[in-house]
Amino acid sequence: MTDSVDVVVIGGGHAGCEAAATAARMGARTLLLTHRRDTIGEMSCNPAIGGIGKGHLVREIDALDGLMGRAADRAGIHFKLLNRSKGPAVRGPRAQADRALYRRAIQDMLAAQDRLEIREASVEDIEIGSDGSLAAVMCGDGVRVRCGSVVLTTGTFLRGMVHIGARGTPAGRMGEAPSVGLALALARLELPLGRLKTGTPPRLDRRSIDWEGLEADWGDTVPEPFSTMTSRIDNPQVACRITATTPATHAVIRANLHLSAVHGGQIAGRGTRYCPSIEDKVVRFAERDRHQIFLEPEGLDDDTVYPNGISTSLPEVVQVEMLATIPGLERARMLRPGYAVEYDYVDPRALSASLEVRRLPGLFLAGQINGTTGYEEAAAQGVLAGINAACRCGGRPALRLDRADAYIGVLADDLVTHGVTEPYRMFTSRAEYRLTLRADNADLRLTDMGIAMGCVGPDRAMAFTRFRNEVGAATRRAGMESLPVAALHDAGIAARADGQRRSLADLLAQPAIQQDFLCAAFPWLREVSSRAFEMLRVNALYANYLPRQAAEIRGFRREENVLLGAKFDYATVGGLSTEVRSTLTKAEPASLGAAARLEGVTPAALAALNAHVRRAQATSVSRETA
Amino acid sequence: MLDRALVLWFPAPGSYTGEDSAELHLHGGRAVLDAVAGALVNAGCRPADPGEFSRRAFLYGRMDLIEAEAVADLVAAETAAQRRQALRQLGGVLGTLYQGWTSRLTRLLAQQEALIDFPDEDLPHSVEGVMLAEISALSNEIGLHLADGRRGERLREGLVFAVVGTPNVGKSTLMNALAGRDVAIVSPSPGTTRDVLEVRMALGGVPITLLDTAGLRDTDDPVEAEGIRRARARAEAADLVIVVRDATVAGPTRSDGIVVVANKADLGTGHGYADVEVSALTGFGLERLREMLASEARRLTNAEGPPALTRPRHRAALMECRERLEQAVRAELAELRGEDLRVASRSLGRITGRIGAEDVLDAVFSQFCIGK
Repeated sequence: MTDSVDVVVIGGGHAGCEAAATAARMGARTLLLTHRRDTIGEMSCNPAIGGIGKGHLVREIDALDGLMGRAADRAGIHFKLLNRSKGPAVRGPRAQADRALYRRAIQDMLAAQDRLEIREASVEDIEIGSDGSLAAVMCGDGVRVRCGSVVLTTGTFLRGMVHIGARGTPAGRMGEAPSVGLALALARLELPLGRLKTGTPPRLDRRSIDWEGLEADWGDTVPEPFSTMTSRIDNPQVACRITATTPATHAVIRANLHLSAVHGGQIAGRGTRYCPSIEDKVVRFAERDRHQIFLEPEGLDDDTVYPNGISTSLPEVVQVEMLATIPGLERARMLRPGYAVEYDYVDPRALSASLEVRRLPGLFLAGQINGTTGYEEAAAQGVLAGINAACRCGGRPALRLDRADAYIGVLADDLVTHGVTEPYRMFTSRAEYRLTLRADNADLRLTDMGIAMGCVGPDRAMAFTRFRNEVGAATRRAGMESLPVAALHDAGIAARADGQRRSLADLLAQPAIQQDFLCAAFPWLREVSSRAFEMLRVNALYANYLPRQAAEIRGFRREENVLLGAKFDYATVGGLSTEVRSTLTKAEPASLGAAARLEGVTPAALAALNAHVRRAQATSVSRETA
Repeated sequence: MLDRALVLWFPAPGSYTGEDSAELHLHGGRAVLDAVAGALVNAGCRPADPGEFSRRAFLYGRMDLIEAEAVADLVAAETAAQRRQALRQLGGVLGTLYQGWTSRLTRLLAQQEALIDFPDEDLPHSVEGVMLAEISALSNEIGLHLADGRRGERLREGLVFAVVGTPNVGKSTLMNALAGRDVAIVSPSPGTTRDVLEVRMALGGVPITLLDTAGLRDTDDPVEAEGIRRARARAEAADLVIVVRDATVAGPTRSDGIVVVANKADLGTGHGYADVEVSALTGFGLERLREMLASEARRLTNAEGPPALTRPRHRAALMECRERLEQAVRAELAELRGEDLRVASRSLGRITGRIGAEDVLDAVFSQFCIGK
């Protein structure tokens, strides 16, 4: 039996859901294949969305009309804007979610999406047509699905192996079978594979924790939603609890280190420095006698607690022994042990920046299969891959987001340029143009692009256009209006008595000057929405830095626009060392800028390359004019 | 047969440029050179462009930008002190210094970023204070390096000493007398105007241009007036002013950056202040004057001191770096401090050619007029 669709998405995790929904929004007939319909949108690890850098990604996903922000708003039970004491560019919205509500929100949105079909089936093979591009996928139930493109989002399921102590069980997630057939198919396609690991802590029963005896950690009093389409948060909000490991905990860990899957040698895959297991922390920071643990409820009607900070692969009995040494957890009942999972990933240097496998047009990869960690990183790639998978079917050019467009662009560029040596996680420090790429202006950066690509629905498009026009008008007006310095003095605001007028833009840049004062002095500000007002303030705050960054971005884009591409012959460039030449030939950088970011490409080599391209351009121009 | 020659083969990558190369050591003589050059061209070779060998060495990663600049300086060196400075730079003293700063800056940036990206990781409270202190320390070090009185650039470019004084005090005689001793490397040439005479000479291992600003007087001739204006401007920009006066007439008082020479000491002395009394005519005191000028030249260039800045390009980048570090210390928001540190680090990177190299390459190699 043979079916036919435009886009097939394999996997129902965060990358797969976004990819499927995005492709369908773009107008592609889309089929989502997953092992189990009921685990679609599952939060396998931490019950939280967002954070510093990650929150930026969620806002960008939302700006392209993706699901994650809206789902987190519907499921969030503890919202907190991180880094509130720092400036807006590095503030990260974060929410802990009720896992069941989150799953339901995602599943509801997918069910409501036109042109999207969901089917429970494993995928056993991927067929390549005679022209070398993707042709069809073969399902475990014998159905063959012809398609224009495939987005592969297998998460940790590719030859997944779950480790608890010395016990290793093939599984993608605890209790769920790994994708073995698919792994073999990928091996046949000769994709470059590597091995990574990640881990998760034990889950605890809240009723067995001395909950009230522990320090409470509440979220923000006024929760700030992720999505610009969410007007308010309706869920009741809950508190987390804070505790910490003790010297006794560390003693237990040290005594049993040899039994840990990670430290006992059972796992070869590389783990992350950013989300280390408690064994790693105790070994690497031997001088510390405590590590903080956040006890996060997994849901409103769920007594499961996620102890954030003690991911482990020690044997179950040791985990119990360890928990008993932690204040408040002395009598904690473990619902499920922590474990490490080891899985295959594809070296993302095999991809182009549109997340398409360079050698196999039509095959897109997104999420943990590309060596990333985190729901947000996965979902962000899902959106990008979904857009481009749909473009591929429609014969349209791919969307490429660069490092100055979005954190999504930074993520894609880092992956395809540098590959990964450990699971890749987003940080704000990865973004060179951090003051420009903010969580608060994600829609101003991306929604117009999304509208042009066709992945933004009419409701959001309309709301966005209104907001963009409002910000534009208010910015122009703020630049023209001013106040005599005496007016400041009358209000008791310190300012140099130089008789000069102060522009509204200058006043907005001073956090000490209250909104009430500004609204009294410039009554039209009362009509400006609170988000537009905030935008005025942020732009004013960074006014001394943003123009310079804009100039830097122009320089950056000049190099990005010097295109090299796959067909460029590096053998014809004089002055390149053999090593550099082979690096460039292998990596096929899309542009001079991308070449510059490759490891081992020296400034000198770049100069030679630049000179060669310029010469070639000059020659071709003179030929054209001749 | 064109010649019997010594032929040396330098296989890659150990050669000067990093490529396979060969050297032909021929017997001199125009005819031999012409014949061999002609034969090579017929065989498909071409003469190297100015600076091409060093450029290739740079492109192949055999030397960094600072070293490449040092080669250019070495080739152009006229005096011993210039040669030593270029060799020290070629040996990597500046590169090492700047590289050290770069890695310190990278560490600071990493600390700042940790504070931004990991606020929940309970980092030690002291991180921020230690970081700010270290930023200030780095900024001060760069400041000291910058406040070297431009000695490295002065040595590389040579010093300008202006000889001034009213007409008829014997300036020209004095200049001839000073230049006469070093006639072998003197190249007198007309100055930019008919009123300025330049003499190039070496004192204390430092190349010096003596400017004779003769005829500083009021005039109605617009051409001459313009010449005098330019002479004055050059004298004002000079590294040292030598005021020549008549020893028999009272003159100026002592001041910094000025050497007062009382000429015509053979006719009588003792009127007013003088750093040195000479007679350009008899040669009396000239040796003392030369010693004094040489010691001034050494002081201004201090070639034996700590590594000195040698190029305005480096100075500009270091000044921007320092400015950004100062701004980073003052910044109230963590992300703005991070931004300042990042820009500071890019400025440093521009010197060694590690960052934004393509922007500076053209500028660097356009100065590279002499091939190795």
